Amino acid sequence: MSAVRKPSAEATAPGDVIVRADGISKYFDVSPPWLNRVLEGKPRTTLHAVDEVSFEIRSGETLSLVGESGCGKSTIARVLVGLYAPSKGRVEFFGHDLREMGSAAGRNLRQKLQMIFQDPYASLNPRWRVADIVAEPLKAHGLMSDPQRITARVDELLGLVRLSPADKAKYPHQFSGGQRQRISIARALATNPEFLVCDEPTSALDVSVQAQVLNLMKDLQRELGLTYLFISHNLAVVHHISDRVGVMYLGRIVELAPKSRLFAAPSHPYTRMLLDAIPDLDMTGRARTPVAGEVPNPLNPPPGCTFHPRCPHADERCKREAPVLKLHRHAGIEAQVACHAVEEGRIG
Amino acid sequence: MSPGALLEVRSLRVEFPTRRGTLLAVDDISFSIAPGEVLGVVGESGAGKSLTGAAVIGLLEPPGRIARGEVKLAGLRIDNLPPDEMRKVRGREIGAIFQDPLTSLNPLYTVGQQLVETITTHLHMSQQQARSRAIELLAATGIPAPERRVDHYPHQFSGGMRQRVVIALALAAEPKLIIADEPTTALDVSIQAQIIQLLKTLCREKRTAVMLITHDMGVIAETADRVAVMYAGRIAEIGPVADVIHRPQHPYTVGLMGSIPSMEHEIERLAQIDGSMPRLTEIPSGCAFHPRCEKAFGRCSRERPELMPAGTSQAACWLHDAGGGRMAA
Repeated sequence: MSAVRKPSAEATAPGDVIVRADGISKYFDVSPPWLNRVLEGKPRTTLHAVDEVSFEIRSGETLSLVGESGCGKSTIARVLVGLYAPSKGRVEFFGHDLREMGSAAGRNLRQKLQMIFQDPYASLNPRWRVADIVAEPLKAHGLMSDPQRITARVDELLGLVRLSPADKAKYPHQFSGGQRQRISIARALATNPEFLVCDEPTSALDVSVQAQVLNLMKDLQRELGLTYLFISHNLAVVHHISDRVGVMYLGRIVELAPKSRLFAAPSHPYTRMLLDAIPDLDMTGRARTPVAGEVPNPLNPPPGCTFHPRCPHADERCKREAPVLKLHRHAGIEAQVACHAVEEGRIG
Repeated sequence: MSPGALLEVRSLRVEFPTRRGTLLAVDDISFSIAPGEVLGVVGESGAGKSLTGAAVIGLLEPPGRIARGEVKLAGLRIDNLPPDEMRKVRGREIGAIFQDPLTSLNPLYTVGQQLVETITTHLHMSQQQARSRAIELLAATGIPAPERRVDHYPHQFSGGMRQRVVIALALAAEPKLIIADEPTTALDVSIQAQIIQLLKTLCREKRTAVMLITHDMGVIAETADRVAVMYAGRIAEIGPVADVIHRPQHPYTVGLMGSIPSMEHEIERLAQIDGSMPRLTEIPSGCAFHPRCEKAFGRCSRERPELMPAGTSQAACWLHDAGGGRMAA
């Protein structure tokens, strides 16, 4: 097990669990200011952005989290890289609690974990040259100090993301969106990470450029044995890049399944609804089934299963009792589904 | 061009004079839309699709201007109307729906006030009649409890509901043409489907023509009758939607279709068009796509191709020039 190994002497075999999220929750206090609470008698309000989410990620795989805006997928990404501390639960990374990351001993761990952000215009410092941007993690982690070695490493990294060494003297504004996202990827790869958290890395890009970045990410995964957590709202992109997919709704994972199973035989009514709602190129002239209703206000979620007001299969139990993720077998492939109707066999 | 077309755009050219020379953002494009027809306009950022829409409704931001060509609505030229006249055409004859519903609505007025204002400006109705029409419109766009909602302010609506209000506003004076610029881009997929369905039903019932501008091929696939693919300010290909998607004729369209991930098929690598769309300051000679085109040959860098018949569509590509000696494969 990877849990007993020291993080520095890592030699993870493909298939080892490297990330384990155990019942993580993230609450945000969105109460009105103290004076309003006192004078107007307004209560404290807490937003449950992520609620009791558990999953594992194995070495070399791509796990995707999909969902509509406000479902908590980006919050999970931020908890996993330590940008937010979880309100409850714990994140294990190579068997070590994420909280150890802050300590000096956690430095080796931190190097193995990097993030790629959505907006390649906001995530690169416009006043820095590409060479400085890509070299920053090397210097921050104290991996290299010799300028010549740093330059060589930067050239190598730019080559990895199919940019030319001459590009390192340029500033971010001289690049297109797709090229900037490559620079972000080069920076993320500087410390030889094993695990990349990618928060909507292609959402800001045009489709043909998105294809370039997705192809590059797949190539890098194969060449460097990377593991990805891929956050996206685009199901077609998720279908293309993932091995396993988790579908989120109002801060919870409602279905977690291998890609083939999720897209061919979705179980949870919300997953079915999402898949029906996606326009596809093969759909010319065909109408999709529009979904009734909208995502409820996360400050005041419905009781029981939060999806029940929009669910065609909801009954009394769904209104009272929140379902938890349970194993469900269909056509020999296992999936985890949080749905009373699926559990009771009311829907197949 | 086509008889019975509601909107006819001919040789339209939009340019931006700058200190470093004049930029051609839309370069000599022609198309038409029939009543009840949905024309999709797709392209990547900077292809000129939104500017084409803005030119049609006379909302080009200065210094942008129509340098050449003409826009005809029901046979009458509207591109050279004085601003006052054009303002009457907008709203009455042409409705507009933009990407961000929040910026299309005035936050200081209730949606009812905004609807009533639009209705009384363009139609001869009393305040009372206009108000009941406003409620009808909100009901028609699927807003629950319209009698109550009509007195709410835009911030009291969710994103999807707000976009419905914008659609109600665009439909208020029963225009013959609707220009929808990325109407669903800011919305979540489940809401997107509702809005698209709504647009489709409304134009089928009222025979409204729609120019649907978007970068999302999926939305085009299920909504449009015909589609125009734009690249670097020109139409690269135009034709019936199923043909353009399944039998694309222009190498750019072929690459574009191949680069869209699909949920139906398992593909290891997506088709990739290397490079990116040229900036307006450095549009290549000849066919603007030739530096990225795998099939480019000598003529492509010298001569600019116009739209020519290609299969059941039209493509601006020398591969389809029957007289040029080289036929498409």
